[in-house]
Amino acid sequence: MCGIAGLIHKGKSSAVGSEMTAMLQALKHRGPDSTGYAVYGTPTKGDYIMRLKLAEAEDMEKGRGVHKMIEDRITAVEEVLAEHGAVIKSKDAPREYSLRYVLTIAGDGNLGEMAEHIEETEGVEILSMGNGLELIKDLGDASVVSEAYGLNDFQGTHAIGHTRMATESDVDIKSAHPYWAFPYNDVSVVHNGQITNYWIMRREMERKGHRFMSNCDSELLAVYTAHNLANGVSLEDSLRRSIQEIDGVFTYLVATRDQLGMAKDTMAAKPLVLYESDDLIAMASEEVAIRAILPHEIDTTDPYDEEVRVWQA
Amino acid sequence: MASVSDAELKQMTQDERAKALGMTTEQLSGQSLYVEFDPDAEERFTYPWAPDVDFNKRTEVDCDGMTTTEVNTKIRALMQEGYGTVVLQNPRGMHSLGVGILSRLNLIIEGSTGYFAVGLIDGPNVRISGRVGWSCGENMMSGTIMIEKNAGSTFGAAIRGGDLVCRGSVGSRTGIDQKGGTIIVGGDTGALSGFMMQRGRMVVCGNAGKNLGDSMYDGTIFVGGEIKSLGVDAVEAELTDLDKAWLTRKLTQYGLMPEKGVDHFTKIVAGKQLWNYDNLEPSEKKLIL
Repeated sequence: MCGIAGLIHKGKSSAVGSEMTAMLQALKHRGPDSTGYAVYGTPTKGDYIMRLKLAEAEDMEKGRGVHKMIEDRITAVEEVLAEHGAVIKSKDAPREYSLRYVLTIAGDGNLGEMAEHIEETEGVEILSMGNGLELIKDLGDASVVSEAYGLNDFQGTHAIGHTRMATESDVDIKSAHPYWAFPYNDVSVVHNGQITNYWIMRREMERKGHRFMSNCDSELLAVYTAHNLANGVSLEDSLRRSIQEIDGVFTYLVATRDQLGMAKDTMAAKPLVLYESDDLIAMASEEVAIRAILPHEIDTTDPYDEEVRVWQA
Repeated sequence: MASVSDAELKQMTQDERAKALGMTTEQLSGQSLYVEFDPDAEERFTYPWAPDVDFNKRTEVDCDGMTTTEVNTKIRALMQEGYGTVVLQNPRGMHSLGVGILSRLNLIIEGSTGYFAVGLIDGPNVRISGRVGWSCGENMMSGTIMIEKNAGSTFGAAIRGGDLVCRGSVGSRTGIDQKGGTIIVGGDTGALSGFMMQRGRMVVCGNAGKNLGDSMYDGTIFVGGEIKSLGVDAVEAELTDLDKAWLTRKLTQYGLMPEKGVDHFTKIVAGKQLWNYDNLEPSEKKLIL
């Protein structure tokens, strides 16, 4: 079933971390397996934020060897960073298996190539990379994840989030949303639905050289968006094109550094409730999530079939 | 049956036995769409176990901090106490509010609800001042529901009777599997509205999305605005004087009468080209029956 949520503040920063937590907690009944956030903070010029997953949560129960293995993986990642001229400004580990680096990269290093080299180490997945984007996903509900990753204090302009009920693939972090549009800075996707031409589209994307980390159908939307953006297609056109090219039932949200977009399939089979005001736009699978941050009386609408909208931060 | 003994039944032929057991004389009872409106059968308008409520007795329930089950149980308890007007405050998008109420009640919801609001009801008059989520009034049997703002998809799914009115716009698949009653929408409706409709009437004052009335068996759809496209076997029909009189009466009743009248409405009915289920050879029928 899954629940998705998105919000964007126009021209100002707000506590999007705690707002998104409230929205996702209200959607917990749509999917209690895992929760994910893509929150967009204010970028500092020249700084890159990279979030990594070094192992699955379930790997942590596989004995003492796992700690050594994670340390080895960190060493391997940092070697690659050094090779590509990236300097580690700060490093956090909210959980043993997840890392957050703030990097400064000398010159105009090829970030895509660096990302590919980092992922050559087995078990390492880059969850996100960008100037403003922080992508966090883990098992458990929104309150658990936001607590563990300190999201309640996060200030930013916009965010998307996801509560997952695993139907198409496993309950693990690699199949959790949001997905980062590898290797595009600051682009992330959340999705509610099922994609029925997944394998056909996946093989097509793989032939074009894109990487897939999981068997989750939603990852396709991230790769597909990345592919379009790489070919100079605008976010809005990419969303419109996806409605014709991707089969199945879906409602999905895409966030970039300064934009938030939504698309709904031709059958309008998956829900989305939309609230728009002059300074805040909020959307979620159910109204109850929007009301979690806006307790007063508001006017909301349901977008129709094939509807595409893009908002600017 | 009491007049025939088992011994007598044994003596009879099959034909006589069937008649003696009431084949030609038995009166069918219970709530079907037709007997419900028989004015002589007044006792059939209410269920025997329905609580006796007084519309002038009014009370408020603050839904804040309560679960859906607690609210719905509370409504039942209040009805047992004789409250005929129940006001739900601060619903804030809660799901399944006021479902399964099978007797007279004046239910007022001050705010917006989530999915399945007041579904499976038989009798209450409901007013909702906010917006409703998906499947509002699903499978309602009788009564009225008035929504002041917008509604989600599958509005009035499988509705069998009563009036379901939304002043704003509704989502997709409005009145899917409608089996009776009236759905009135003040604004627009989404794709596949009236999908597999079987009976009843739907009125859309605004525009309708694509595939309107797809695979409808029967029933009537009236659209005031543009129709993006008609579904399979949905055809336009002539708007008769009787239709106009009915539309005028219904829309006036709910304060949704357009300024330009009702002459511009388009009437959509089933083309009945998909009615194949009776076109069997006699030998095939035997196999099925």
